[in-house]
This record gives sequence, structure tokens and C-alpha cells, in this order.
Amino acid sequence: MDFSIHITGFVALYIFMLAAFAGWVIIGHVPAILHTPLMSGSNFVHGIVVVGGMYALLNSSTMQEQVIGFFAVLLGAGNAAGGYAVTGRMLAMFQTSGQKTHHAKDRHAKARHLKAT
Amino acid sequence: MTMTSIAQLIIGVTDLAAALLFMYGLKRMSSPVTAPSGIFVAGVGMLVAVLASFFYVFDVGATAKPHLMVNVGLGVVALIVGGGVAWWAGKKVAMTAMPQMVAIYNGMGGGAAGAIAAVELFGGKAPGTTQLVVTLLGALIGAISLSGSLIAWAKLQGVIKKPLRIRGQQYFNIFVLLGTLAVAGYLVYVAQGASSQLLPTPQLIYLFFGCALIYGILMTLPIGGADMPVVISIYNAATGLAVGLEGFVLGNPALMIAGMVVGAAGTLLTLLMAKAMNRSVMNVLFTNFGGAPKHKAGHIKGSMKPTAAADAGIFMRYAKSVIVVPGYGLAAAQGQQKLYEFVKLLQAAGVSVKFAIHPVAGRMPGQMDVLLAEAGVPYDLIFQLDDINDEFKTTDVALVIGANDVVNPAARTDKSSPIFGMPILNADQAKRVYVVKRGQGKGYADIVNALFYADNCNMVYGDAAAVLTMMIEAVRGLGTKAAA
Repeated sequence: MDFSIHITGFVALYIFMLAAFAGWVIIGHVPAILHTPLMSGSNFVHGIVVVGGMYALLNSSTMQEQVIGFFAVLLGAGNAAGGYAVTGRMLAMFQTSGQKTHHAKDRHAKARHLKAT
Repeated sequence: MTMTSIAQLIIGVTDLAAALLFMYGLKRMSSPVTAPSGIFVAGVGMLVAVLASFFYVFDVGATAKPHLMVNVGLGVVALIVGGGVAWWAGKKVAMTAMPQMVAIYNGMGGGAAGAIAAVELFGGKAPGTTQLVVTLLGALIGAISLSGSLIAWAKLQGVIKKPLRIRGQQYFNIFVLLGTLAVAGYLVYVAQGASSQLLPTPQLIYLFFGCALIYGILMTLPIGGADMPVVISIYNAATGLAVGLEGFVLGNPALMIAGMVVGAAGTLLTLLMAKAMNRSVMNVLFTNFGGAPKHKAGHIKGSMKPTAAADAGIFMRYAKSVIVVPGYGLAAAQGQQKLYEFVKLLQAAGVSVKFAIHPVAGRMPGQMDVLLAEAGVPYDLIFQLDDINDEFKTTDVALVIGANDVVNPAARTDKSSPIFGMPILNADQAKRVYVVKRGQGKGYADIVNALFYADNCNMVYGDAAAVLTMMIEAVRGLGTKAAA
């Protein structure tokens, strides 16, 4: 069986069109509070370029191609790993005052614990 | 089945999964409730796709076969070093330096797309004219994104302090861009089998990349630091586009989809940001913002009235309602923790406190939201411009900390001001305004602020964190006296 992928002109245009539309709709109603994390998050997503870098590097046959391919993977990996670290840190900070009930629960639990002892 | 088709099947399935996870992850990231899990979902997609990329070893061309072991070794080293260093830097960097980190990572993505294109070009791997044109286009966009992002980083980091503007600069930039396109066009022409050529092909490729990188630098240099958020967002979308185009060249739909989704999402984000500043993207890129004739201080009546931090703090303690307007100065002073401590004191005294965030406050849209979130401020106390602007009229005190241009009433009234028409927070309409500011200097956009001279406004000079500490002590001091 042949699982190789061949994308020619019009198929590529269809993929691009649908993907662009999807991106537009996904971000459509994002609140301003998430602009920075989302920019960072989409920055992470294009880190997938590292996979293309791996393809280019593994298919290199000259020293020049190997050097450039190495940098493609190096930079792509940086984009992906750094983008994930930064976005994760930003998003981990979001909490509502509703979530404070957490702490309230903790306090209740402690109080009960004290009573029991 | 041969090993090659098994490898192709595995890569095909994982890339499909990655594309799905990216879109689902981004969707989750667009709501505050589900956002933290969104990045995890997208991260799983990335990890799977990167691991599966090693299956390319079963599917390499005949010329690359002898180098396979070396190439795999290089790949592993590059993944570990590149990923490791960036991960470490991303974990370690201060929250205030996030915008420039995003700029760097974005530039790396653009550079990777450009490097992939370079491998294809030097290897003469494009099977047809369409592929060659798309490779060149992706390379151009990727290279501009790389050098432009690095300039944006330098500006935000303070390495480059002033926008560089020369007469006729825009014409020169257009000339460089046209030159780059001409070299690209000539490369396509040569590939058609021209009998003689001006330069050997490798030199032409170097020239092409050199011109593209220089254009990215030239394009970004004249743009003022206050506009960097929009610029980073543009380059983010550009890198997405470059990745998508190179994805087509490599026949990898996952790259095409992820790249184009980011290209579209980034474009929309850029437009939203530009709209928040009431300017078009063209205006940001091609107008010398802040280079307009300077406002004369003589136009403004009144004077700046300094007051002590303690007095301001106590005044707010006995107010009914306070709206805090934070800006980059707060972030620069690392004062967000102190601010929330002060706000909690006010809340304990029965004062209603809200935070008003201008869409472009800080160095990146939403940066202030992130910094306040870091300090533990619940995000339902944080209000965006449209939701809170009418409340200033009925509010006792507006506390402006380290913000300047986003509360400048000149944007509403003074047609000659470069920021005229930009939506601002109506802090000047509060009954009393306290402005915490490092000194008497101007804001990032270098414009005099009429608010500071208004009758209902007092200036509290000093580092935001130090001023807030004094306010906290003053209000605490009251508390102990009342108890005694």
C-alpha cells in the first residue's frame, strides 16, 4: 500500500483556504484578556516547523544542507519548546475569585480537622 | 507492507492527529476557563508529531542514505539543544520580559522556515516552477520575520532605544524589497534553464536571503517601541504563513494547516490590536508615529501638582470607589504584588475596587491582564475599556500607575495630537485622579499628557513599588490607630 502524500496545486489551495477560515473562526470571539497568551499560543503552534526541519535534515546529502538543516531543527525546536514554556506559564495564572472557594474549603477542612483532634 | 509504507502510515496518522489537536487546543485557549488545558492539548500534538518525524529515516532519498546516521545524530542534538535552551529560558524569564521572549521564539520559527527553504533551494529539490515560487515566497516571509522579530526584541529589551528614521527611508525600503523580489524572479528564470546567468545559483541564493534579512531589519527600525505589540503580532502571522508555504513544498499537510491557522488567527489578532489603537495596520507600519510635530507644553493650562504617597493612600482608604489603571510602569517596577496587597487593604475597608485595562496597556495586548493574574488578582475584577469607561464619571478616585498615553485626554480633544482618535480610558472624569509616575518625563509615545495638569489630578512621584509600599504603610497605620 502507498501512504505517501502528494499535494498538488488546487488541493493545496483548498487546504489553505479551509485552514485560514478555521483559524479566523477559532480566534473570532476571544476576550482581550487572552490576547497575549493566545499570540504566544499560536506562536507555539507554528513551532511544528521543527517537523519540516527534521525532514529537510534527514534528507540532506551535502555538508551545506546538513548545516542549514541542523539550524532549521535547532530554531524550530526552540520555537516549539520556548513557546510552550512561556504560554503555559501565562495561562497557569488565570483564576477567578470563584476559585477562591478552594481556599475556603481548605479552611473548613482544617477547622474540621482541628475539631476532630 | 514495506518499512517505507509503514513509516508513511505512522507519520500520516500522527500528523493528522497533530493538526486536529492544534486546532482544538487553540479553540480551548480562546476562553479563560479552558485556556490552561488548551496549551496542553496542543503540546501533546507537538510531541507526537516530533517523535513521529524520526520515521522519516525509512523514507529518505537515495543520495541521503549514506549520511543517515550523521543526520539522525545531528537531529537529536539540535532537538535537545534548541528545545532545552529555549525551554530553560522560557521558564526562567521574568513575566515582564514575556513580549520580547515571544518575539525571539517567533523569529526562531521564521528562521527555521527560511532554513528549510534554503535546504530545498541549495539542493535544487523543487520539482516544478510552482514549488520553486512557493519555496522562495516562504523563504522571503520567513527571513523577514526572523530579522524583524530580532529588531522587535532589541527594541523591547531596550538595546535599541530610539526609532531610526531617515528621509526617504520608505522609498529605500521599497527599493530593497523590489530588489529581493527581482533576485527571486531571476532565480525562477534561471531554473527554467537559462543558457548564461549573471551569478552562479548559490551566490544568487545568498544574495536573495541577504536582501530579505536586510529588508526585515529596515522595515522594523523606524517603527516606535509603542507599536511593537502590533509588529510582533504581524510577524507571528507571517511566520505562520511561511511555515504553511514550506509545508506545501515538503508535502506535509500538518505544517500547511498549522501554519495557515496561525497565519489567519495572527492576522485577526493584529487587526484587533490595531483597532484597539484606532489605527490601521498600514498606518502602524508605514507612518512615522511619534515623529509628528511635538506638542508644545505651553498649550496646556494648569500645573503638575505633586502630593505625598501616604496622603493619596489615606484618601483612597476613605473613598467609596476606586478604579486602578495599571500600565507598563507598574510592570517595570515589579509592583503588581504590592498593588494587589494595597487593593486588598482597600477592599477590607469597604472600598469598591476595579481594574481598568486599556487594550494596548503594557508592551503587548493583554500583558497587564497576565501580570495582574500573576499577582493573584481574580480576573473578574479586571475590566476592559468598553466595559468600564462609563464608570469613571461616578467613581471617586482613579489611580493611574505607570500608565500615560492610554489616559491622555488629548486623544479625545486635540486634533493635532498624534494619538488623536485613539480610544482612551476616561480616568480624567473621575472626581480625583492620582498618577503614580517615576518622573516628569513623557510616555512611550513621547507626548505631553494634559491629564497631569488637570485640576482634579495629583502626581505621586516615585517608583511604583516604593510608592505602593508607602501607601500600604499609611493605610495600615490608620488601622492600628483606630484599634487603639
